[in-house]
Amino acid sequence: MRIRFSNKGDKPTKAGFGEGLLDAGCRIPEVVALGADITASVGVNLFANRFPERFLSLGIAEQNCIGVAAGLALEGKTPVFATYGVFAALRTTDQIRVSVCYNNLHVVIGGAHAGVSVGPDGATHQALEDLAVMRVLPNMTVLSPCDATQTKIATQHAINKVNGPVYIRFGREAMPDFTSENQSFEVGKAQQLHGGNDITIIATGHLVWEALQAAYQLKKEKIHVRVINMHTIKPIDRETIIRAARETGAIVTAEEHQVAGGMGSAVAEVVAREYPVPMNFIGMPDRFGESGNPRELMQKFGMTAHTIEKAVLSLLQRKNIPFNH
Amino acid sequence: MRTKLTDPKRLQEISCRIRRSILLSLCEAGSGHLGGSLGITDVFTALYFSVLNHDPKDPDWADRDRLILSIGHVAPALYATLAHRGYFPEKELSTLRKLGSRLQGHPGREHGLPGLELSAGSLGQGLSVAVGRAIAGKMDQQRWRVYCILGDGELQEGSVWEAAMSASFYKLDNLIAIVDRNGVQIDGKTEEVMALEPLKEKWQSFGWTVFECNGNNHEEILSAMNLAQQVSDKPAMILAQTRMGYGVKTIEGDYRWHGKAPSKQEVEEFIRELEEEK
Ligand SMILES: [Mg+2]
Repeated sequence: MRIRFSNKGDKPTKAGFGEGLLDAGCRIPEVVALGADITASVGVNLFANRFPERFLSLGIAEQNCIGVAAGLALEGKTPVFATYGVFAALRTTDQIRVSVCYNNLHVVIGGAHAGVSVGPDGATHQALEDLAVMRVLPNMTVLSPCDATQTKIATQHAINKVNGPVYIRFGREAMPDFTSENQSFEVGKAQQLHGGNDITIIATGHLVWEALQAAYQLKKEKIHVRVINMHTIKPIDRETIIRAARETGAIVTAEEHQVAGGMGSAVAEVVAREYPVPMNFIGMPDRFGESGNPRELMQKFGMTAHTIEKAVLSLLQRKNIPFNH
Repeated sequence: MRTKLTDPKRLQEISCRIRRSILLSLCEAGSGHLGGSLGITDVFTALYFSVLNHDPKDPDWADRDRLILSIGHVAPALYATLAHRGYFPEKELSTLRKLGSRLQGHPGREHGLPGLELSAGSLGQGLSVAVGRAIAGKMDQQRWRVYCILGDGELQEGSVWEAAMSASFYKLDNLIAIVDRNGVQIDGKTEEVMALEPLKEKWQSFGWTVFECNGNNHEEILSAMNLAQQVSDKPAMILAQTRMGYGVKTIEGDYRWHGKAPSKQEVEEFIRELEEEK
């Protein structure tokens, strides 16, 4: 692909969520937002200020928020509940499983503060397990957009186009905003952002930008990397994954999440069954995050373009050695 | 058919027939929660034959009252009541807990049984859902009410109290909750497993108007429901004192029958006791 993405200016993905919610709220009268105290911090304040009669303050009581959302959905409302991902997805897992997913209700759950880029708040507030837990729940759709613009669009789709339960994940720190307002976005359909047939990087969330930077760097060394933005973790885009495995022969995944159970695992499930090729996984190595500034933490845990580049180079070596059984 | 019965004697007869169905369906299933199901039967009978605005021929009628069963484990009582009220054929009760049945061990809407308002079974969740429905009703200026049946052991779940707070915060006078206060749970007496008393005062301090009644006496249940419907600006709570296993003297009040089904022999004996009681 010939487009080279450039940063329109750093912007937190949570701002995209807030804008997407406001926009959907303006067009759809059934949208009701639920707040668990930290509404400004997760971007819900835009909607709450504009539509106070459709905003429910429920206090620091996330389990109740999920149940109330289920009740609203049963009556034809479109409830949107957002808080930090650690609480939105993990404190409430059983409520989401039974009241929302088993009843197959259109409840939109926003998980903010994704990944170590949360920064100084430290491990308790850095959501690193939410994708794994949300994606194993039947009926659930899981979205993980890559920048603020895409988060706005994905939020509108979550509210408007998805039928059942949906979890959408976004971050806190201002990060490069590089996708177009006019992009074609479809839930369950991954986006190829950079062409190449030597190897594929499948990234999600903030690491899509890093993956692109890695690809641009590697191009100088005549290594042609395909970069795929896996903005939907569930349902996973099997077709795009299988094509990447067949056409490029090796896949590196990159996510701000535990390696275990996350997007990389979802990709590996497809690769192992349909077209086995060597893989490498960038993500948290089964440990908690810590305090620090966002960039320092991403470096420490290897979630940068540089680390992705190294992972690509080492996987390229393995790619050319046939499997010996 | 939206007629409502008011004669307690008549309701008692219906309860007795529903209890018989519960015994038979649990025996056929070979597992399930007998004690709680028999204990709460009168509340279900009162609701579906007298209190609720609903229509068995039109289960999704928009203006119906909503009944949320939070304690999914007493599903046999709900199923038997729905069948006797005409939501589906009584003979289907014999499929309880079997493969392919619409009568799941705990209610599951995806299996298509008419009249189910919520798939539930994990304790501590129903009241939150009831609050959400009641808020939606208020937002849309609807006149229907939400009823929610909770267990007493279930009140040990912290999320119940989150829901309790939110119900009074939003002044949900279209919400009536009923606690099946049988005083027992699987490990024994609630007051020995994890004490709940003073329960009335707890709910009052959470902003609810609380009524107490004998939950195995139709006159008392109806009068409590009537009072609860008149409360304004607050949610209403009915603490219904019931006896686990009510109607079958041998097992009444015995917590060991919480999660057990009767054998073929036992069921004959229990039904005999049930008929004598009547
Ligand atoms: Mg009990």
